[in-house]
Amino acid sequence: MSLNRLLVGSAKYAVLIAFAAFYLVPFYVMILTGLKPLEDISSFEIWNMPKSLDWGSFREAWNQMDSNFWNSVRITIPGAIVSTFLGSINGYVFAKWGFRGSNVILFLFVFGMFLPGQGILIPLVWVLQFMGLYGKVNGLIMAYCIFGIPITSLLFYRYYASVPDELVDASKIDGCGFFGIYRRIILPLSGPTFAVVGVWQCTRIWNEYLMALVVLGNPARAPVTVAIKNFSSMGVIPWNLQMAAALIASVPTIAVYLLLGKLFMRGLLEGSLSG
Amino acid sequence: MHSELSARAKSLPALLPKWLRDDRKVAILVLAPSIIAVAVFIYIFMGWTLYISVSNWNRPALDLSFAGLKNWQRLVNDPRFHIDLRNLVLFAVGYMSQCIVIGFLLAALLNERIRGEVFFRTVFLMPFAVSAVVSGTAWRWLQVPSAGINLLIANMGFESFRPLWYMHPKLGMLAITIMGAWQFSGFVMALYLAGLRAIPDELREAAVIDGAGTVALYRYVFIPMLRPVTYTAVVLTGAGSIGNFEIPSIIGTGPGFATDTLGFYMFEQTFRSNRYGLGAAVATFMLILSIPVVLPYLISVLREEKE
Repeated sequence: MSLNRLLVGSAKYAVLIAFAAFYLVPFYVMILTGLKPLEDISSFEIWNMPKSLDWGSFREAWNQMDSNFWNSVRITIPGAIVSTFLGSINGYVFAKWGFRGSNVILFLFVFGMFLPGQGILIPLVWVLQFMGLYGKVNGLIMAYCIFGIPITSLLFYRYYASVPDELVDASKIDGCGFFGIYRRIILPLSGPTFAVVGVWQCTRIWNEYLMALVVLGNPARAPVTVAIKNFSSMGVIPWNLQMAAALIASVPTIAVYLLLGKLFMRGLLEGSLSG
Repeated sequence: MHSELSARAKSLPALLPKWLRDDRKVAILVLAPSIIAVAVFIYIFMGWTLYISVSNWNRPALDLSFAGLKNWQRLVNDPRFHIDLRNLVLFAVGYMSQCIVIGFLLAALLNERIRGEVFFRTVFLMPFAVSAVVSGTAWRWLQVPSAGINLLIANMGFESFRPLWYMHPKLGMLAITIMGAWQFSGFVMALYLAGLRAIPDELREAAVIDGAGTVALYRYVFIPMLRPVTYTAVVLTGAGSIGNFEIPSIIGTGPGFATDTLGFYMFEQTFRSNRYGLGAAVATFMLILSIPVVLPYLISVLREEKE
């Protein structure tokens, strides 16, 4: 009986460890390959340890993509801030000032979010060209702000719906209006939700690829995701540079994930409508 | 303090024009820009895409003259489109089943008061924090048929087993499902784990008192209770299968389009070959495919939330 339990117990850990290895191997190989100089790169030595630590590939990859990295920063921060604030005020309206049809509008917001991005790409390019924003960082920021509205509004709506209506009614009696209630009651309660939504939007915008590729294909202006693609379409594939570039591009989101995992998890559960 | 607060709050509305003093109107006004933006950038754009799919715009210069179903006919007769449909089925089956089975298995194990739970949970979800582009890049290197993982397999003594992975002319798509599942199975694990933790302990205890073993517990209590989570996972992975774009964009379309997808086909036709009409037809087709996946789910979830 106890032997049986021991076997079951170790089998559980064996499965968990095997899957942990599965999830970690790509990261491990990226680090390993990134630490080798080009002349040591051969697909037959993929598993071999580097002979000595060589940061040359990382330095080289960074030199080639540092402007892309900063482009990503310049796109992600305003995109996340604006879409998060829009979500907060929209969520407040949906949750506390619902009007006839507001549920339908929220539904249409969320529905649009679940549909494939290809469905809007051609008109997006057309409109951005018309506005003089095609191929510009600001054009992509604007797109991320607009396409972020559904998810941020939904996340804030779900949180504000849990704020008791009595609080809002009481301050109405005190004479507070729409903005007064938002500032005095809603906003002070929103800190954690701002963090959840902000983390979620930062990660999503940083990692976005399809729209970035279409709107900012120009290698000099492109964000990191597009830069990785450009590394991989070079004639001879410099695996060491590619792996180093992919790792550099992942550092910010992995850091956010490791430091703020709980916030990340809440965004995930709420945003999939499963929380 | 309250009277002072209300006095200050009252002074502002008094300055506003009468129609702005009605807070419900202010609320609608505040929401209006977002409504307009979403209406234009999502719904009008989709309608526009639909229109472009019946236009003659298949060269760089804009041409919105009506073409009837020409693009659609061309699409339906394109062998690449047929391969992409087959690839979609292959991908959806492989990706959805891996995400759901692995996600459920890992959540069930983590729910057993495992030592090191935080470590495992963190590792399982980590790939979701990086871009799909990163996944494609790393796995492309790992799945090089002449080496990569195949070296590990050979070192373990299975030298005759040498899969071609994404280079396989028929089943390359299944190799891509591994890259997708690597990223998303941890997400599904998190959904299931939250679902399992929400099941009250009394229920488990009651089932155990009734003589239910572990298998029966899952079969008759947990899996039925987790049906809403499974539904969420099916919809998210299903919608993800239709929109699949990043990985083929990194890996390439493979021999005979074995790893091509509708999303990448749309991208190439539109932005590489300037066949906007044809690209719009593919995009519209993807939208139409997504609606029956997403719509019933959202209706059921939002209806439940109201109750």
